[in-house]
Amino acid sequence: MPKHTLNPNNWVDLYSDYLFNYTITRVNDRVIAQDLVSETFLAGLNAMKNFKGEAAERTWLISILKRKIIDYYRKINSNKGKAEVRMTYNDSESEGDWLEERIADPFDKTAEDSIENEELADAIQSCIAKLPKKQAEVFKKKTILNQETETISKELNITASNLWVIVHRARVALASCLEKNWF
Amino acid sequence: MGLFFIKCKEAGHVCDKYQYEEASITEKIKLKIHLMYCSACRKHSASNKKLSQLLNKIKFQFLSSEEKDNIKKSFEKELKKHQQ
Repeated sequence: MPKHTLNPNNWVDLYSDYLFNYTITRVNDRVIAQDLVSETFLAGLNAMKNFKGEAAERTWLISILKRKIIDYYRKINSNKGKAEVRMTYNDSESEGDWLEERIADPFDKTAEDSIENEELADAIQSCIAKLPKKQAEVFKKKTILNQETETISKELNITASNLWVIVHRARVALASCLEKNWF
Repeated sequence: MGLFFIKCKEAGHVCDKYQYEEASITEKIKLKIHLMYCSACRKHSASNKKLSQLLNKIKFQFLSSEEKDNIKKSFEKELKKHQQ
């Protein structure tokens, strides 16, 4: 297997959207997410000599980002100081400790759904990242940014039928990638 | 009759347009007719539809070009220091 190499000149163009999306689903704040992505690139730059070439560039950057996100949560937790846990038994309003109040609400599926969607978003993002550059660009513009066919073909200087061919190839590749990694 | 029968290649194209709600009614009818007798396209159509559903399910958030430029600028400053 060929050794992977790092090429920081392309990092921002190639990976910033992917890393940003990964971060925003986890920290829910655009500014913080941007900072974390920025920090990840810088940390990557400083750690380049430790790169052994065993993982792909993108995987390597994600592993740095994961640490950054964990650090971020550690920091805001320690800012809170010592948390105070108060338990009140037998307050006058609800006498006794009812078991029903302790179990999870089986009709509340939102937490599960949001975790599943987070994983789905990761899977789709990493499949898009595997597409050839041109295909990924056209597909993103068309499908995710919902741009008009005409606008895209003008901007990228391609014909409409050319655009549809690219979109078609991207969709076929994505469907088979997701089939392997998601279903 | 030949008017309503299309080849697989065109069916695939219409199917793609369908996903973006850009297929005309005639095209949709042609596609439906094609799918009645072509199992390969039926398969492709189903997986194409599934892909659209998955893509609709999640919300993508992208950096604006301004935000991306900011990240780029600050990164390139550091990059220059490294490459000297």
